[in-house]
Amino acid sequence: MSQAIDINVHHMTRVEGHGNIVIKADSGAIQKIEWQVPEAPRFFEAMVRGRSWMDLQTITSRICGICSISHSLTSVKATEDAMGIQTSEQTHKLRLLTHFAEQLQSHSLHVGYLVAPDLLGVKSVVPLVASHPDVVKTIIRIHRVANEWSDLLGGRTTHPVTIVPGGHLTPFNENDLRELKKTIEETTVPDHKALAGVILSVADKLPDFDRPTEYISLSCPEYYSFYDGDIVSTDTDEKVPVQEFERVANEYVSPQSTAKFARWHRDSYAVGALARFNNNAEQLLPLAAATANKLGLEKGCCNPYMNNVAQVIECVQVCEHALKLLDELLSAGLKPEKPDVTVKAGTGVGCVEAPRGILFHKYTIDEKGNCVEANCCIPTNQNHANIQKDFEALVPKYMDRGQDELRLLLEMNVRSYDPCISCSAHYLDVKFV
Amino acid sequence: MSKPRVAIFDFACCEGCQLQIVNLEEEIVDLISLVEPVEWREAMTESSDEYDIAMVEGSITRPQDEERVKEIRERAKILVAIGSCATTGGINKLKNNFDLDDVKRWVYGEAADMPHLNTAVTKSVGGVVKVGNNIAGCPINREEFKYVVRCLALGKEPVIPDYPVCVECKKRENACRFEYGEICLGPITRAGCNAPCPSAGFWCYGCRGYVDDPNVNAAKDIMEKYGKTIEDLKQKMVLFGGKQEQTI
Repeated sequence: MSQAIDINVHHMTRVEGHGNIVIKADSGAIQKIEWQVPEAPRFFEAMVRGRSWMDLQTITSRICGICSISHSLTSVKATEDAMGIQTSEQTHKLRLLTHFAEQLQSHSLHVGYLVAPDLLGVKSVVPLVASHPDVVKTIIRIHRVANEWSDLLGGRTTHPVTIVPGGHLTPFNENDLRELKKTIEETTVPDHKALAGVILSVADKLPDFDRPTEYISLSCPEYYSFYDGDIVSTDTDEKVPVQEFERVANEYVSPQSTAKFARWHRDSYAVGALARFNNNAEQLLPLAAATANKLGLEKGCCNPYMNNVAQVIECVQVCEHALKLLDELLSAGLKPEKPDVTVKAGTGVGCVEAPRGILFHKYTIDEKGNCVEANCCIPTNQNHANIQKDFEALVPKYMDRGQDELRLLLEMNVRSYDPCISCSAHYLDVKFV
Repeated sequence: MSKPRVAIFDFACCEGCQLQIVNLEEEIVDLISLVEPVEWREAMTESSDEYDIAMVEGSITRPQDEERVKEIRERAKILVAIGSCATTGGINKLKNNFDLDDVKRWVYGEAADMPHLNTAVTKSVGGVVKVGNNIAGCPINREEFKYVVRCLALGKEPVIPDYPVCVECKKRENACRFEYGEICLGPITRAGCNAPCPSAGFWCYGCRGYVDDPNVNAAKDIMEKYGKTIEDLKQKMVLFGGKQEQTI
């Protein structure tokens, strides 16, 4: 306990965006534990003012490259809610299908390229090409399918153009959808079995660290939700309509810094794959449920590192659900749709589950169809307080292990949340030291 | 010949262009046979101050970032700007249409004066330092990225299209978006993307920036033919900033 700990990780690697870790301790006395975000603020809420309803998705998609489909869907849902626009059953299914591509793309990128190096004891995916070629090939195959899937449904891989208020454009045909179904069935599902096996073999590298917290996500009665329903929490039975999200995502100033954090029933809450799992695990489809069983993840888990395991389970879930949707779309027949929009003034909220957690956009649109006010509430922003609280529990518990191991545990903790710091930075405010 | 050392850096952006590099999947291995990655924060733990080619993603929006990009410029033999934020200022330039103090207060309220929330007029990378090559687009086109890296590794000057998106759109046999009553920036926007947006049924919003000498008269004729005004066109042009410092 006598050693001095001085960790200062400036611009942490293998995460999206910029984050710093600052820990100072001497002879067992902790002087500072801080998770900081020095990302350049980008001011999206100010930039969309005066822009037409037609351009809001184009602009807000650029909040994040990795979750551009989630931002696009949230944006058009907010616009539709504000202007009272209805969409068809086909649009709903195509949107779910597009959204699943992003979950698969983001989760496989995160678990495969960013987290796996920690579990296999190397610094990036590059050395794994030589040491674990089969693992890398499996990850690449899953990731490539996910990208081709979003290319097809979104019109381009990143920053989709098919997601528009009032509908979903269809630059693809039924044969394309049949091909996609075949690929998912024949390669992606078997690849997931292989990936789950790999994760199981290194699962003992995930720290055994529990810290009860509140888990918040969407939930709907029909299926494991990424897109529909109300806001739910592991701390309450209350179901909150998404329009009232500001009641859930309460910002506050933490006593030890001026950082704004978010809370509902406790000092912090967590969003993301583990939150969705903890709220909705009983709705997993059979293969995903079997994967959860194999990986030993159970509802009520409060080990933040297990978020990575929940992501693997969700990869299986989205493929399984996509196969059902593709069957339904193909049996109904794909019809070209022309979105029919009448401009109307109003305020509306859109909400989806981005891969890294629940995401809200709120717009006020005037009678000319121009945006006059916007608020975007980002999952990583909602997780920052929980990361800080994890740090405060992790440092005293693992201080004895020495500086290098502690540093790795803290970095792995941040990575486990799959943070998207560029997203959160237009909104967040964190004190510099 | 030793392989050029490549470092990738990011400034204010969504990091979607770096994602396109990741999305090359196993083709990255082919590129690594030509160049040696020495720093890439999003994917690697390692870092280095010695590199030949610096690839810079993102816009420059703060005084401290100007200093950082100048240091990168000094260390590198070649600096490549990747993505709209770096090549033109991109979507971040929308901020320049407002008073900066108003922008800060609108988003951060009472906290707006805190030093870390400082922001300046958004600039492209070329607005601060000399850029050797631009890889345009929001996000970049993966084929174009590979092509430019190959050229630089072999000491050749890449040839980037200087004709409008309409050329590629016509090759794909799309109906013109103006026929649907929409405003499309294809006639003035630099090709090289293979027109994915109009091919999907959406207008071109000009993310690649404009051709060197846009045919303004032809664009005016098109606007007139379809009963649109130059003001309508400007409203679309403002999204990706074009080449102007203050967008409107």
